[in-house]
Amino acid sequence: MFPTPIQKTSPLTQISYRIALPLSIVLWLLPMFAVMMTSVRSIGDINAGNYWGWPKDWMLVENYSAVFGNTNMGRYLLNSVLITVPVMVASVALATLAGFSLAKYRFRGRIAIFATFIGGNFVPFQILMIPVRDLTIDLGLYDSIWALILFHTAFQTGFCTLFMRNFIVDLPDELFESCRLDGASEWHIFRKIVLPLVRPALAALAVLIFTFVWNDYFWALVLVQSDEVRPVTAGISALRGQWLASWQLISAGSIVAALPPVILFFTMQRHFIAGLTLGATKG
Amino acid sequence: MHEISGTDRWHRLIPWLFLLPAMLFFTVYVISPILQSIWISFFDWDGFGDKVFIGLGNYVELGEDPLFWTSLKNNILWLVFYMLAVPLGLGVALFLNQQVLGIRAVKSLFFFPFVISQVIVGVVFAWFYDPSYGLLQKALGLFGMGPLPILADETLVTYGIIAAGLWPQIAYTMILYLTGLNNLNPEQIEAARMDGAHGWKMLRHVILPQLRPATFLAIVVTVIGALRSFDLVATMTGGGPYGSSSVLAFFMYEQAIFNYRMGYGAAIATVLFAIMLIYISFFLWRMLRAERG
Repeated sequence: MFPTPIQKTSPLTQISYRIALPLSIVLWLLPMFAVMMTSVRSIGDINAGNYWGWPKDWMLVENYSAVFGNTNMGRYLLNSVLITVPVMVASVALATLAGFSLAKYRFRGRIAIFATFIGGNFVPFQILMIPVRDLTIDLGLYDSIWALILFHTAFQTGFCTLFMRNFIVDLPDELFESCRLDGASEWHIFRKIVLPLVRPALAALAVLIFTFVWNDYFWALVLVQSDEVRPVTAGISALRGQWLASWQLISAGSIVAALPPVILFFTMQRHFIAGLTLGATKG
Repeated sequence: MHEISGTDRWHRLIPWLFLLPAMLFFTVYVISPILQSIWISFFDWDGFGDKVFIGLGNYVELGEDPLFWTSLKNNILWLVFYMLAVPLGLGVALFLNQQVLGIRAVKSLFFFPFVISQVIVGVVFAWFYDPSYGLLQKALGLFGMGPLPILADETLVTYGIIAAGLWPQIAYTMILYLTGLNNLNPEQIEAARMDGAHGWKMLRHVILPQLRPATFLAIVVTVIGALRSFDLVATMTGGGPYGSSSVLAFFMYEQAIFNYRMGYGAAIATVLFAIMLIYISFFLWRMLRAERG
C-alpha cells in the first residue's frame, strides 16, 4: 500500500492526519455549504449583508416552497426526468446489442466501427450543433422533449457501446460455443446468456448516463426554448435572470436541481465509480 | 469448390443486425452532422435563406477576428491550467488513500462536486467570487486586501472560471487515481521498501509507472473537459466582460444562435474539432494498439 498506512506512522502524524481530514472536507465543500446556508436565509438577512454568518431566521420551508410555488421548478424537474429516463433505457439497450456484436463476432470493419463509436464520443458538441438543430426542426421536434431524447440517446450510445463491448469481451467464449453446439439461435444466446451476465454493467452505465444527461446544459439551450419542455439546468439559468438578487431562492433552486444525481450517486456509489474508472487499471 | 449457402450468408449478416440500430442513431446524429458542419463552414448562411458558397471566406475572416484569437487563447489557457487537475487529483488521492474510520464517506464527499451540474458549479462560484459579499472577498479582507472583482476583470476572469472548473475536475481525476492506487502491486512496493525507497523516490520510480493507465485516462478526460468548456463560461460570465472570457465553444454558439451566422459558426466549430481531433487520434491509436496486445 502507498502511501505508508497511517497506523504505522508516529503518533503525531496520526493525530495531525485525523485533524486534517475533516478540515480538508470543510474547505473542499465550503462553496457548497455557503449555498446551503443561503438557501435557508431570509431576504432581510441577505439585504443586511449577512451572507456568511448564522442565519437570523430559518426560512427553510418558506424558501423551498417559494421555489416550487412561484416558479416552474416542478415542471423543470419533471421534464428532466421525462428526458433522462428514456435516454438511459434506449442508449443502454442499443449499446448492449452493438457491444455484443463488436465483442463476440469477427467480421471485417469491426475495429473501424468500434473506433468510430469511441471517437464520436469525444467530439465537441459545437461541431454537431447546426446540423442537429436543423434536423430537429425538419422532423418537427424542435422545442419538444423528443428533440433531447433522440439526440442524447444517439450520443450516449457511443460511450455505452465502448463500455459494453469492453465488458462483454471478457465473458468466456466457451459459454457461447457450447450454446451454439446445442443449436441455440444467436438471438437466444443474446437474451439468455449475454443479458443476465451484463447486469452489473447495466447498473453502472445507467447511473452514469442519468448523471450525464441530467446535467446537460448545452443541448437544453440549443434544442428547446419554452418552459414546458426545459430541463432543470436550463430552468435554473433562466430563473437566475428573473430572480437577480434573490440569492436565497437561487440557492434553494440550485440545491433542488442538484439533488437527484447526488442522491443517485450516494445510493449507487459502487456502480457509479466502477463505470467512471473503467480503464483506470489497464490499457 | 464450395458454394456459399443461405445459412452462411445469414450468419455473416447477424453481427450487422445487432449493430444496426446503434449505428443508425450514431450516423444520423453524430457522424453525418460532423461532415455537414464542415461543409456548411464554406458557406455564408443565416440559417433560413439560401447558402452562398464563399470557399475559405469564413476562415479568412476568423483570422482577422480579434474575438476568435481571444477565444483560442483562452482555450489554450484552459488546456494548460485545467491540467493542474491531474497532479492535484493525484495529491488528493494520495492524501485519502488510507484505511481509517469514515474514510469511505470522506472519499464520497470529495468526489461529490463531479456529480453536480456545471451550471450549478457556475452559480456557486459566481457567488463565491462576488465582489460585494463573496467569501473570497471576505478572505482577502482578512489579509487587508481590497475587493477583487475577478469575474469583471478582463485579465483575471478566465483564471477564475478555470478555477471553478477545477473543482469538479479534480474530483474526477482523484477517483481515477484512487482506483489505480487500489490496484497497485503490493510485492513491488514491498521489494522497493526493502531497498530503502520511500517518499518521493518511491512515488516517482515505483508508484507512478504503475499508475500510468490512470494518468493516461486522467489526461484524456481533462483535455476533453478543457476543450468542451461551455457551461461555466455561459453561466458565470456569458463570455464577458467584452468577450474576454469567451472560448471557442461559446464563441461558436454566440455567432450561430445570436448573430444567425451559421457558416461562420460552423467554421469556428471546425477549428475546435480539428484541435480535438489531434487528441482523439492519439487516444484511438493508443487504445487500438493495446487492443492488439
